[in-house]
Amino acid sequence: MSATLFEKIWTNHVVTDRDDESLIYVDRVLLQENSFHAFDKIRREQRSVRNPAQAFAFSDHYVPTRNRELGLGGITDPEIRNMVELIASDTDAYGIELFGIGHDYQGILHVVGPEYGITQPGLVIAGADSHTSTHGALGAYAFGIGSSEVAHVLATQTLWRSKPRTLQITVTGERQPGVSSKDLILYLIRTIGSGGAVGYAVEYTGDTIEQLSIEARMTVCNMSIEAGARAGLIAPDEKTFDYMRGKPLIPTGSAWDQAMQHWQTLKTDDQATFDRDVRIDATAIVPQVTWGTNPEMVVDVTGTIPDPAKENDLERRARMERALEYMGLQPDQSIQSIPLDRVFIGSCTNSRLEDLRIAARVMDGQTCRLPTMIVPGSEQVKRAAEAEGLHQIFENAGAEWLAPGCSMCVAINGDKLGPGERAASTSNRNFEGRQGQGGRTHLVSPAMAAAAAITGQFDNISNYSEARSWNL
Amino acid sequence: MEPLVTLKATAAPLRLANVNTDQLFPARFIKKPRAVGYAQYLFHDIRRNGASELDQNFSLNQARFSDAKVIVAGANFGSGSSREGAVYALYDAGFRALFAPSFGEIFASNCLKNGILTAKLDQPTIDAIQSLLLSSDDTSVIVDINSEMLTLPSGESISLTLDPFQKHCLINGLNEIDLSLEFHDAISAFEATYRQQYPWISS
Repeated sequence: MSATLFEKIWTNHVVTDRDDESLIYVDRVLLQENSFHAFDKIRREQRSVRNPAQAFAFSDHYVPTRNRELGLGGITDPEIRNMVELIASDTDAYGIELFGIGHDYQGILHVVGPEYGITQPGLVIAGADSHTSTHGALGAYAFGIGSSEVAHVLATQTLWRSKPRTLQITVTGERQPGVSSKDLILYLIRTIGSGGAVGYAVEYTGDTIEQLSIEARMTVCNMSIEAGARAGLIAPDEKTFDYMRGKPLIPTGSAWDQAMQHWQTLKTDDQATFDRDVRIDATAIVPQVTWGTNPEMVVDVTGTIPDPAKENDLERRARMERALEYMGLQPDQSIQSIPLDRVFIGSCTNSRLEDLRIAARVMDGQTCRLPTMIVPGSEQVKRAAEAEGLHQIFENAGAEWLAPGCSMCVAINGDKLGPGERAASTSNRNFEGRQGQGGRTHLVSPAMAAAAAITGQFDNISNYSEARSWNL
Repeated sequence: MEPLVTLKATAAPLRLANVNTDQLFPARFIKKPRAVGYAQYLFHDIRRNGASELDQNFSLNQARFSDAKVIVAGANFGSGSSREGAVYALYDAGFRALFAPSFGEIFASNCLKNGILTAKLDQPTIDAIQSLLLSSDDTSVIVDINSEMLTLPSGESISLTLDPFQKHCLINGLNEIDLSLEFHDAISAFEATYRQQYPWISS
């Protein structure tokens, strides 16, 4: 019987069924400092961790981006230091590997997972973070879970799940210069809404998706959750296999050959159908900018702030008015006229080497008008960027080159916007207060953020003559 | 987990769509130990005007909804991050049942694990209930999990569609880990076969 990629992975992992739920086997569980509630639950209920080797923990949400060489001593806030210490003591107690400060592979869980080979096609990966959807870019069924479910996986290596419906999002056509995978996913969320894919496992298909690099695919899958989908998948192909080869946990020799035989079956059969289909024409997309407090509040960089008065739906109108008030913006204001205060390039959405390369090309030989933080996603990304001299380009332009972590995406490590401060950010959420209480976030691609750092406002980078040569 | 079978309580309308977990429970509070009680952090920023003053337009700040255990919310309630603190904050503030046209999926899973009902009702029904709660003196509703029924202050009953597994867990106050450990042998058998078939994953 023909099946979709998602259905193949699901079927492969069902231990048993009960009512409309299945008990599914979880290959790998990813933890971060905020998983302390899960360890508390395990302790309180006197459970043991079934397979510690199938759990991987990361210090990323609370680690400082400055003074990293001081280790824990570089964290001045005792509550923040406590979080970094807790994950170390909890993982130590249960024999779970921690990618902590000082580890060669320290970094954001969704950056390190793929680069360490934790992420592989066909796996079920549950992560203590909603952006676990990122790992679907390699053809895994990967989704975020809360602390109780983390404890459940640690104790049983399984989760109860009702089978999601399937949604195929087909993206076709050649992108315009300067249009990155970030613009694709922002445009998609704008099109289907931030609740548009609730209840679905998404598979992204089409020639535009196939053409994307693995890192660019991660950006797309990462923000699936901003459209409401817990998981977003892309079928593995030659690019995927090339990407994985040689990573620490990726099999070698005959084990690689055996794995390849399985991985090559992981694609949606020709005759298989989805519960729903959405088609996106990539040729129509220009660089995207969010204007509001939800990732569906997106316009073209060439556009203007929408006018709530023209919205007939009263609830929606009220939401727009509230967002404009929070953001300190006026209806019909042009996007390119908004004065910015700061720039953040980083997060599990856009902090990989390719993201930094593009940012460096835009900043090369220029001077930042705005305070600009550049936070690589992992120690490996940081080292690779430095080996290419990217850090010198950033520092010569006046940007700050910092140590890896989630940093100002979630603003709980001390990096944050002040009240009223407005940032161009390559992160994933523009919620009220997300990057700091009262902070105002505009989500954009790395190239757009880098250009904003130079010009002080949003610029249509599609017009840059060199944009054609960017490897986006 | 505390069983939830029937609940007679005040219901509060929350006429906002896309309420996210950053609004339910701002990230800066995640590092607080649960023992401090999370009710103080619930809707911390959106229920205030500026720094500290409570916004009286926010329903949960109004005296008539102060003892609410039920929220009737807009679509996509609980979207965003997986932080379970958002659910702990609701629980610690006394909430046991949530109604909305749709919920963030991770949030809904987290609710179930903590004995909080999430039940979907279509937008027109939600709109009507919210209007009723805002206009009527009586804001008390009855939620009956067994009969899958929500009874409004007007006496009108609305049938709910609960998934059987959710219903079973709520009524029995089930700790899912205990339930799953009953399948210990099945998990072990599955695991043995799986590891044989895909040896590179665990080696």
